[in-house]
Amino acid sequence: MKESTRHPLDQLRDIHRLMERTSRFIGLSGLSGVGAGCFALAGAVLAQWYLLAGGLASYGHSLYHWPATVHPWGWSPEVFFTLDACFILAGALSSGIYFTTRRAQRKGQAIWDALTQRLLLNLAIPLLAGGIFCLALFYHGIPGLVAPTTLIFYGLALINGSKYTLNELYYLGLCELVLGSVGLFFIGSGLLLWTLGFGVLHIGYGVFMYRKYERNPSSP
Amino acid sequence: MKEIISHLRKAFDHRVRLGVMSILMVNDWVDFTTLRDNLEVSDGNLASHLKALEKEGYTELQKQFIDRRPNTSYRATAKGRAAFLDHLNYLEKIINMQKEQTD
Repeated sequence: MKESTRHPLDQLRDIHRLMERTSRFIGLSGLSGVGAGCFALAGAVLAQWYLLAGGLASYGHSLYHWPATVHPWGWSPEVFFTLDACFILAGALSSGIYFTTRRAQRKGQAIWDALTQRLLLNLAIPLLAGGIFCLALFYHGIPGLVAPTTLIFYGLALINGSKYTLNELYYLGLCELVLGSVGLFFIGSGLLLWTLGFGVLHIGYGVFMYRKYERNPSSP
Repeated sequence: MKEIISHLRKAFDHRVRLGVMSILMVNDWVDFTTLRDNLEVSDGNLASHLKALEKEGYTELQKQFIDRRPNTSYRATAKGRAAFLDHLNYLEKIINMQKEQTD
């Protein structure tokens, strides 16, 4: 048991492993990223469909006004986009919970411990602030800025949460932040950038993480 | 100087004590059960090593009741953190020395 008889590199490796395992939540499955991305893509397609059907494709060029005409689907933009957002959120959350729980069960790990709670709390704070900000944008009649704003706050949430999980999340957060910042100035491309950020990036990130950490069962 | 190093090494010259300090370096208060599960040791074994670290002044503890059950948490003191960092430097030095010898 004497450490002096062990190679210092082995000791350092143990120290590193314990520090990682006790301070970071590493159970988030890459597949949940893929799932969330798919729901985002589906939601974006619905949104585009809605905009085209209502002749609103260029709504983004006007920051302040929805056209006064009634949409052929009978839903006002506020109602439609709220429902669409709820659909995406519910889908993304359930796929995240499903794949992460499945992974934890397979590895016999606890899922609801202090690390998970800390990660979720730190993700939730910027997200809540972003949600309120978006509500204010709707309230003041500036819906064109909502898509890039969600990207920006989501990026900030990921950067904030990355301290408590695998470091790759930090870079995903940076990418979301860049897309959102660009979107602020190109309102007409808001939906496209949103689809890239929440759909394509999530799927890419999920596949990358799955291949890196999960396909090989010996890795963390 | 040599005496200091041998003293340091003694305090950290065990897998469990080194492990406890590693965990406490990156966390605030950590309870007994979490330490035990991560280090995969028996209660008695862990308790004796925790006592040794506390005696050195490297850790402090806090007792409280959670759901009417006693719960003890541990934290690294400033002294403990400094000693652990010294120990890391010491390990690094050995590794570098070994490298030089093989070069």
